[in-house]
Amino acid sequence: MTRTHDDDHQDVPSDPALRVKALESLLVAKGLVDRAALDVLIDTYEHKIGPRNGARVVARAWADPAYKDRLLTNADAAIAELGYAGMQGEHMVVVENTPTIHNLVVCTLCSCYPWPVLGLPPVWYKAAPYRSRAVIDPRGVLREFGLELPDAVEVRVWDSTAELRYLVLPERPAGTQSMNESELAALVTRDAMVGVAKVTAPQGDQA
Amino acid sequence: MNGIHDMGGMHGMGPIEPERNEPVFHHPWESRVFALRRAMGAWRRWNIDVSRHEVELITAADYLRMSYYERQFAAFLVLLEKRGFITPAELESGTPVPGTPVAVPALSAEKATELIAKGVPTSRDIPVAPRFQTGQQVRARNINPPGHTREPRYVRGKLGIIHRDHGVFVFPDTNAHFLGEKPQHVYSVRFAARELWGVDAAPQDAVYVDLWDDYLEAAEFDFAT
Repeated sequence: MTRTHDDDHQDVPSDPALRVKALESLLVAKGLVDRAALDVLIDTYEHKIGPRNGARVVARAWADPAYKDRLLTNADAAIAELGYAGMQGEHMVVVENTPTIHNLVVCTLCSCYPWPVLGLPPVWYKAAPYRSRAVIDPRGVLREFGLELPDAVEVRVWDSTAELRYLVLPERPAGTQSMNESELAALVTRDAMVGVAKVTAPQGDQA
Repeated sequence: MNGIHDMGGMHGMGPIEPERNEPVFHHPWESRVFALRRAMGAWRRWNIDVSRHEVELITAADYLRMSYYERQFAAFLVLLEKRGFITPAELESGTPVPGTPVAVPALSAEKATELIAKGVPTSRDIPVAPRFQTGQQVRARNINPPGHTREPRYVRGKLGIIHRDHGVFVFPDTNAHFLGEKPQHVYSVRFAARELWGVDAAPQDAVYVDLWDDYLEAAEFDFAT
């Protein structure tokens, strides 16, 4: 099957903003779409669900070994304990970084990503350079993100080809023993939970 | 299908370009496309596999040129027409064909909240026997279906080890074509990087790929690496 712009709705304005607006008006006029539902969806993913959720999960796992065990064995239930669940996180798996294992998450076929804990994915995660190279050259990809791994570390790449969604549990940085859970959560970045970065302790706070 | 979307292992796609302080949406229209697709998905006249496959059907040159949300929008328009929600004439005029009855939206604000909280699980709680056991060596089947599949090209014909049984899930290759759910086990399969990419790969590295029963066959324990 082939498709071109010309046989695709040639009289619709080429500006995507206008084309989308026209489509939305049509769907609303036909009673197919309720704008209030659109607003709920957009507001939720723009303002309410994002990587701070995942950061709280990670901080809890660092602070509470029993929680960490539950998280690694039954991620759905453990993540739900903190109130996170739902669309594109129906079936979660958490993989743990250690001094000898580094995990990296990708979706080579499309853009699968754990929305309830990380929100919607960044453009680079959905784009061809990352999707193509993460599986064949993970160390090169990590180097591009500024992370050089020792040769002895085992790199595990998780390709999200099915409906399982992956979250990396980063290593807790040294010098954070005195921090409470919310201070720990503030250290955790989205990139560390995808596996393209490590979590670092703030400068000057080293114990 | 052996489409451009199946890009694991390719070179030449350029540098990764992370953006500092990236917004969730770069333009308001992207957020509308995102939400409209979910609101129309609630009619259940397609499923996630159908909708993924429609994106894969965008021709390769267009796929690479278009942004993520441009692809989502193009595929969405085609699906809306294919499933009979809108006609090309309506899209052109921007107004419904006169006399069309006005429907009641499938997704209200309340149901949107519920959708976000509960999602759309694709696991199936039915007894289907697994064909493979954890620790067993398997070969990813060398298949090249012209339709939708979630078995990436880079694992086909390769040997791996069943790392974990995730349970029973809907099978994309049939579900994407309205041929039924054909529920079966999905496994996390560990492939040594050297098995996939040859001797230049780091000896201890591995790629874990989630694969359905129909993508796998039993293999003798004859590790090449």
